[in-house]
Amino acid sequence: MFDDFFIRALVAGIGVAFVTGPLGCFVVWRRLSYFGDTLAHSALLGVTMALAFEINIAISIFIISSVIAIILVKLEKNTNLPGDALLGLLAHSALAVGLVVIGFLSFIRFDVMGLLFGDILAVNVDDLIIIWGGGVIILIVLKLIWKPLFASTVNYELAEAEGLNPDRAKAIFTILMAAIIAISIKIVGLLLITGMLIIPTAMARNLSDTPRKMVVYSILGGLLSVLIGLFSSLEFNTPSGPSIIAAALLLFIISLFKIKQTIQLKN
Amino acid sequence: MSEENNILVKLNNVGLLQNHKWLVKGVSLTVKKGQIVTLIGPNGSGKSTTAKIAIGIHKNIEGKVEKFTNKIGYVPQKISIDWTLPLRVNDFMVLTENLSDEAINEALSLTGAKHLKNKSLGNLSGGEFQRVLLARAVSKKPELLVLDEPVQGVDFTGEIALYKLIKEISEKLNCGILLISHDLHTVMSATDFVLCLNGHVCCSGTPKDVAMNNEYKVLFGEQASQTLSIYEHKHDHTHSDDGEIKKN
Repeated sequence: MFDDFFIRALVAGIGVAFVTGPLGCFVVWRRLSYFGDTLAHSALLGVTMALAFEINIAISIFIISSVIAIILVKLEKNTNLPGDALLGLLAHSALAVGLVVIGFLSFIRFDVMGLLFGDILAVNVDDLIIIWGGGVIILIVLKLIWKPLFASTVNYELAEAEGLNPDRAKAIFTILMAAIIAISIKIVGLLLITGMLIIPTAMARNLSDTPRKMVVYSILGGLLSVLIGLFSSLEFNTPSGPSIIAAALLLFIISLFKIKQTIQLKN
Repeated sequence: MSEENNILVKLNNVGLLQNHKWLVKGVSLTVKKGQIVTLIGPNGSGKSTTAKIAIGIHKNIEGKVEKFTNKIGYVPQKISIDWTLPLRVNDFMVLTENLSDEAINEALSLTGAKHLKNKSLGNLSGGEFQRVLLARAVSKKPELLVLDEPVQGVDFTGEIALYKLIKEISEKLNCGILLISHDLHTVMSATDFVLCLNGHVCCSGTPKDVAMNNEYKVLFGEQASQTLSIYEHKHDHTHSDDGEIKKN
């Protein structure tokens, strides 16, 4: 049962879950789920660029996602459109342009389904290095900006007034978002990345009364989802990325009973 | 801090233009160590804006701000904690600076909020929340304390108690305090200087000692008259409804 590809898949999924846990908390707290979606959609363009210019896919996605994030900031400043409209505009434009470019690259065999929903069972050793190396860097940087980022999430002006430089923390966090999408695209695919960021975190919220607990439960939720998802995908021959997200949903549903209990206890 | 005169922050003729409208203009003020400066004025007169200019939240301003300290404690006027963020008072206390458990307890005890330490921030009442906000701001022993309507949502007796507490804090920490008051006519007696704003500085001066004022004593009681003072405005102009200045 423990074929080599399966162990690689497990190691990759576990690596991603460690990073999506804490980042997902900030995505939920700062209401950035649609922002994450937009970056993920633009990843398709990143993949096509990588294929066209023969560069590393993760690096290419990281660059394109960062560019999209910068364009978003510029548009927010210079137009009168609301944020969610701009996000929709960028997300679907990037997706469409990416698919159009793929049409031009007819000489390359290309697994679009794997890109959209993940292809964790095809993870190779290079991918593992990118996931774990990138993941460690993301977590270290997040740890360094934690204080200003968290303080400005609670209240921007408090953080600014007390000298924490929240703007810089926010800019760095945006880059981290681009990075997590770049390293996790192979695991759950670009349509499901936001799910990996949000669903374990949503479960964690139901169980936590402090921010630290929420981060810990979010990581545990992600790890459990990867384990349950991958083993059931092997057992029932279901697609692995969607199985992981479905497992996360299952955990979320179970966590709802815990909320019900606490509410009853209060009454 | 500039050594010779203990100045913590100095605003020189500052103004903020937003959407083609001056929120405030031509405001100058200084807060020194151990001093309490109170800002008063009607709603929308630019009190909070002035305070935010002083601590550097507003950056694209006209005029000059000189800050001589980075140890600032801030109590904003409005703060809403999102329910998506599970946050207890204890977590909130260490938001901008890591503190020892003793320091947290000390600050919470000072504002009479120690029993709230493990409560969720979302479950506090308005008055409890103000006390926690104040405790958080003083816990890091700031040199400059900026309090934007710290007594809002607190009843009259609580207000007197909180003003007493602010005076105690000012004496204990020997910090400068920039206080924004929601009341136009009464200010803390401990106030050293009052600025009345309405888009610009309408008038300024020291509050009148009301401990002597019998009428006030009868109205609000002995305790209140020792804590609060009446500020007498000396305006040489009035404002029309659209904010235009008319000289008397």
